[in-house]
Amino acid sequence: MKKIEAIIRPSKIDDVKTSLVNAGIIGMTITDVRGFGRQKGQVETYRGTEFTVEFLSKVKVEVVVEDDKVASVIEAITGPSRTGEIGDGKIFVIPVEDVVRIRTAESGSSAI
Amino acid sequence: MNTQISVSGRGESALATFDRHRIRLFARVQQPELRRLGVFLLAAGAGMLPLMAGSAHAALTKVPTNGADTLLMLMGSALVLLMTPGLAFFYGGFTRAKNVLNTMMMSFFMMGLIGVLWVVIGYSLSFGVGFKSPFIGGLEFFMMNGLGGPLGDAPLADGFAISATSFALFQGMFAIITPALISGALVERISFKAWFWFTLLWSLLIYSPMAHMVWGGGFIGPLGTIGAIDFAGGTVVHIASGVAALVAAAIVGPRNAYPNATRPPHNVPFILLGAGLLWFGWFGFNGASYFAAAGAGLCFITTSASASAAMLTWCLIEWFKGGKPTAVGAATGAVAGLVGITPAAGFVTIGNSLLIGALTAVACFIAIQIKAKIQFDDSLDTFMVHGVGGTIGALLTGILAAKVLVPADYFPLSAKILAESGNVGLFFAQFKATILTYGFVGIGTAVILLVVKATCGLRIDADDEETGMDIMLHGEEAYEPMTN
Repeated sequence: MKKIEAIIRPSKIDDVKTSLVNAGIIGMTITDVRGFGRQKGQVETYRGTEFTVEFLSKVKVEVVVEDDKVASVIEAITGPSRTGEIGDGKIFVIPVEDVVRIRTAESGSSAI
Repeated sequence: MNTQISVSGRGESALATFDRHRIRLFARVQQPELRRLGVFLLAAGAGMLPLMAGSAHAALTKVPTNGADTLLMLMGSALVLLMTPGLAFFYGGFTRAKNVLNTMMMSFFMMGLIGVLWVVIGYSLSFGVGFKSPFIGGLEFFMMNGLGGPLGDAPLADGFAISATSFALFQGMFAIITPALISGALVERISFKAWFWFTLLWSLLIYSPMAHMVWGGGFIGPLGTIGAIDFAGGTVVHIASGVAALVAAAIVGPRNAYPNATRPPHNVPFILLGAGLLWFGWFGFNGASYFAAAGAGLCFITTSASASAAMLTWCLIEWFKGGKPTAVGAATGAVAGLVGITPAAGFVTIGNSLLIGALTAVACFIAIQIKAKIQFDDSLDTFMVHGVGGTIGALLTGILAAKVLVPADYFPLSAKILAESGNVGLFFAQFKATILTYGFVGIGTAVILLVVKATCGLRIDADDEETGMDIMLHGEEAYEPMTN
């Protein structure tokens, strides 16, 4: 099993969700996050005073899937979230040791 | 505030009424329980200049209390009250999320503290005549005793058809918001205890004398020595709070995070909400200061027109200069325009109110840029908006006041100045009033702050400042992230 963590533009979350559901993914967790990469921050001006906002808003999408689905999930995320501009985000793939469904105590891939 | 209630009472002529009051109140001050306080305040206020000439102006005739005019004052009082929570939102939006409650409380709490103080003694010190001083009122309205006769419906004074009670309430709302305005310069670092004592003393020792000098028939106003006019508080409210803010910011010192670790406003919608409430309330602030419903429409229009012109000017400057008109700029511009028109609202033509709004916006915009450059931590630009805006407004009132709107029976000395030396003469009267306000408020504020500093300290610990004012000073937080 793998966890796929994607940091994407907040404006793309609806398209990514639809795309993942269409790819057969039945659950995901999203979080509002802030950060920066090559895009760097942005400068905001209030009453003549400039503030550099280094940490920009992003959304983190977390999905746990069987190993054989990793490629299709990555494709489902990159498709709708890519604009070609700096700031599109990143995807991390992380090995997962076990999964437990709290309601039934099932574990392993049947708990995904 | 186009009244001079040194002529208060119900006699047939102003002079007779004045004398009767004087004699009666003089007798009261002889009472032992008032005497000690009286002696103290007399020492502070009297003897410096001769009693203002109570007989120098044309007599106003007694008129019965008018329901519509009094209702205007009561509606106006409610509108001006709403400005204080409006100001709390306006200021609260600018600060960090961890300091928003303390920032809002610095304004909101004035409705409690100054609200009581005004009833107990503030009104009396501002609009009484007991001390016969051009600088301070009297003690005859202690606890608002006897105000408006036994039923509270007696007219304020000869020539005024509003009830004395509605006037006292209306003025109380001004007394509440004025110290609240100062808080903008001191947020995110001053202790609440210091703020409590500072505003209490400032209201008694600075605001009441200012109100008396300008509106209570005292030294600065049209019945006094200088003859300046101030329709709704250019000097008393805005220059006074602005100068106090400037001095206080210098004495209290910058926030520890300033200038390198400050953050953008935490809630810009709050700023717009606050500015909107301020604009709404300003219809009472300026409009009801006409004291007569029939003619108040003029002040309602000049007030709103100036705010519109100022917002437009501010946004256009930003648009041309930086490429983007900002929401914070629109809100700030509107407030600047409202400040600018305050001393002028009932004295200028509607066309000129647009001019006042635009010029005030330009002046305040430049002032804020300068402040940002020299990195002076008047945190929320109180002096740059209220001090500078009030000053520009007060001076423009001298230049633009229309003779017909400054009648000699209500504004004897100012009308005389206008008739004899025109707007140039009135400009110099306004200039003198402005300088006097800067000096009196500046020095007085410094003295009060140094006393508070010596007795209970001004700032909270640096560690507490970093942790956040809300949790350290009030034990509360505005936003609890895990509530669901």
